[in-house]
Amino acid sequence: MKQRLEKLVERFGIPRLIIMAFVLALFILGSLTGLSTAQLLSASLVRFGMNGVLVLAMVPTITCGVGLNFGLPVGVLCGLVGALISMQLELKGFVGFISAILFSLPLAAIFGWLYGWLLNRVRGQEMMVGTYVGFSSVAFMCIFWLLAPFDNPELIWAIGGQGLRYTLTLDNHFGKVLNEFLLLKIGDLEIPFGLVGAFLLLCLLSQLFLRTKVGLAMQAAGDNPRFARAAGIDVPRMRSLGAMLSTILGAVGIIIYAQSYGFLQLYMAPLMMAFPAVAAILIGGASLARATVGHVILGTFLFQTLLTIALPVTSHIIGGDISEVARLIVSNGMILYALTRAGGGR
Amino acid sequence: MKGETALQPGGIGASTPLSLLKRNAVPVLFAVLCALGVLLAEIDPLFLANEIISRLARNSFLILSLLIPVSAGLGLNFAIVIGAMAGQVAVITITHYKIRGLAGLLWAMAGSVPLAVVMGYLAGLVLNRAKGREMITSMILGFFVNGLYQLVFLFLVGTVIPMKNRSMMLPGGVGLRNTVDLYPIAQVLDKLWRINLGGVRIPMATLLLAGALCAAIHYLMRTRLGQQMRAVGQDRHIAAVAGIDVDRTRIIAMILSTVLAAWGQLIFLQNISTLNTYNSHEQVGTFAIAALLVGGATARRATIWQAMLGLLLFHTLFVVSPLAGQAIVGIPQIGEYFRVFVAYGVIGVALALHAWQSRS
Repeated sequence: MKQRLEKLVERFGIPRLIIMAFVLALFILGSLTGLSTAQLLSASLVRFGMNGVLVLAMVPTITCGVGLNFGLPVGVLCGLVGALISMQLELKGFVGFISAILFSLPLAAIFGWLYGWLLNRVRGQEMMVGTYVGFSSVAFMCIFWLLAPFDNPELIWAIGGQGLRYTLTLDNHFGKVLNEFLLLKIGDLEIPFGLVGAFLLLCLLSQLFLRTKVGLAMQAAGDNPRFARAAGIDVPRMRSLGAMLSTILGAVGIIIYAQSYGFLQLYMAPLMMAFPAVAAILIGGASLARATVGHVILGTFLFQTLLTIALPVTSHIIGGDISEVARLIVSNGMILYALTRAGGGR
Repeated sequence: MKGETALQPGGIGASTPLSLLKRNAVPVLFAVLCALGVLLAEIDPLFLANEIISRLARNSFLILSLLIPVSAGLGLNFAIVIGAMAGQVAVITITHYKIRGLAGLLWAMAGSVPLAVVMGYLAGLVLNRAKGREMITSMILGFFVNGLYQLVFLFLVGTVIPMKNRSMMLPGGVGLRNTVDLYPIAQVLDKLWRINLGGVRIPMATLLLAGALCAAIHYLMRTRLGQQMRAVGQDRHIAAVAGIDVDRTRIIAMILSTVLAAWGQLIFLQNISTLNTYNSHEQVGTFAIAALLVGGATARRATIWQAMLGLLLFHTLFVVSPLAGQAIVGIPQIGEYFRVFVAYGVIGVALALHAWQSRS
């Protein structure tokens, strides 16, 4: 019995148990101090749906053997451009939301493929190169935001400034369209079925894709590249495809994130976006070499719940906002844990 | 060092001018960029010289702290931010105890050593568990320790750690202010011996200290320990077969780097004279590494000369690019974003080339 329990703990992973216990403790503390559990849960669900797709973007790169996609900002930037085109054309509501995604898809496909091409040439250093490809493209796009030919007065500085604003409000465009779609209210509890449903639908599609012939070939390329090549699989092509899919999911992810947040953040805002997503999937149980859709769902839920409820609960108790510091420690601690495990789970 | 270049693929036939240019493509490109910027923005040479000399002096220690881990095969040590944080802890302490002048700086340098040694040791242990992924791990480690640093100075100071100092702390009595005025040690090292050469103020003491460090590193690489580090850097497995304790050597390299980074940050801060409690250290690693790479170094090979050349070129570009952005397009922010792009881009390109070459 003891052995079985130990085995179960080992399989589940100690960091995940600690984080789960922490989340549970925060919930209990919250209800003891008189905060509404239903409200905490509602806020957590929104954050879960808001961030989920960005975490899902890690699955294709891990599956195809590239590893954690620290170059996620590449996809995020494509999504931002798509959203800006939709806003420039004054498309509103669901039409604006869908068209933002459609505009960003070709961009994400092209840049994702190029990113994958680069990653194939730097095998063994994908994470480091990916990080700096992400960072430098964010800095490059800052120059683009200053010079881009957008002229909708809502997007650019009214007077005295040059280029796009730092933060664009989506109220008149597609802000909260998914959040308010199929929103169910039971007392204090609000369940955003539209938002969470969209995320789960994308999870389901990813799962189905992994079962197709191409998906299986991608998994084989990631598990054992030599064996895969012997079996006639074009391994570099599969890796490029993984990077491309991840970039596309990153683009879709940021549009869903922005509509939920209500604002589009440009300039240096996307710089660090990869790290919380990486941390979330690792908290869910993924390693550098293996990730499933289940890891995405569990990890996003745990991590986002932790961050959402840490703020009201701790500010109630110690009177300060510790959530930003907690995010830094938990997410980077989790990434460190994954990087230093023997062979990184490979 | 000369014997080593012959081992490099580009070192063969290095005598022709074309191959020399090819080998030094990165510094040459940046020199051209800097020259173009200076010409287009019509910068006052005196202003430029003053700016660059002071930047060269205050950043030299930080960039030199990167050299030892590179030679020990750990790659570019993004974790020097941890050393910088150790230096900041020391400087906060001496400001709290109101130790002034050169004595204050010396106390801070001495006080940062134990913390930097412990942190460097721990960083070395972590990196030994992540062989082959040292750079990304050192970067994440820097972020992680930054989280701990913020936890200490935002929440623990004034609650768990007893500290009462109105001028340094937030009005609530918990946590440190965003900026700490370092007037007690403001430019004490720079002012110690500063000469004025036709309007250019040269902080001789700071530069001499950096020169002494160069000599010390040069000497270290010729000692038994230095030879062991180079052997580990060339090939871990062969070094282990030769009886070198690989893990221990790598930990020593990390400790030395962290201590030097702590001192480097102190020298940097005495020149700036203000501590941004929560941001001063964040970009230390990125900028030092970008400067080193601009000088033509790689993740496997970096010399003192490359460090100095890189410092000169990178900081010239840093000063020039906003002014050039203003002069060319009329938008100074373009130049500011451009230099951020250059810092990140040069690291990305250098790492990509490094991985590309080490594969083929």
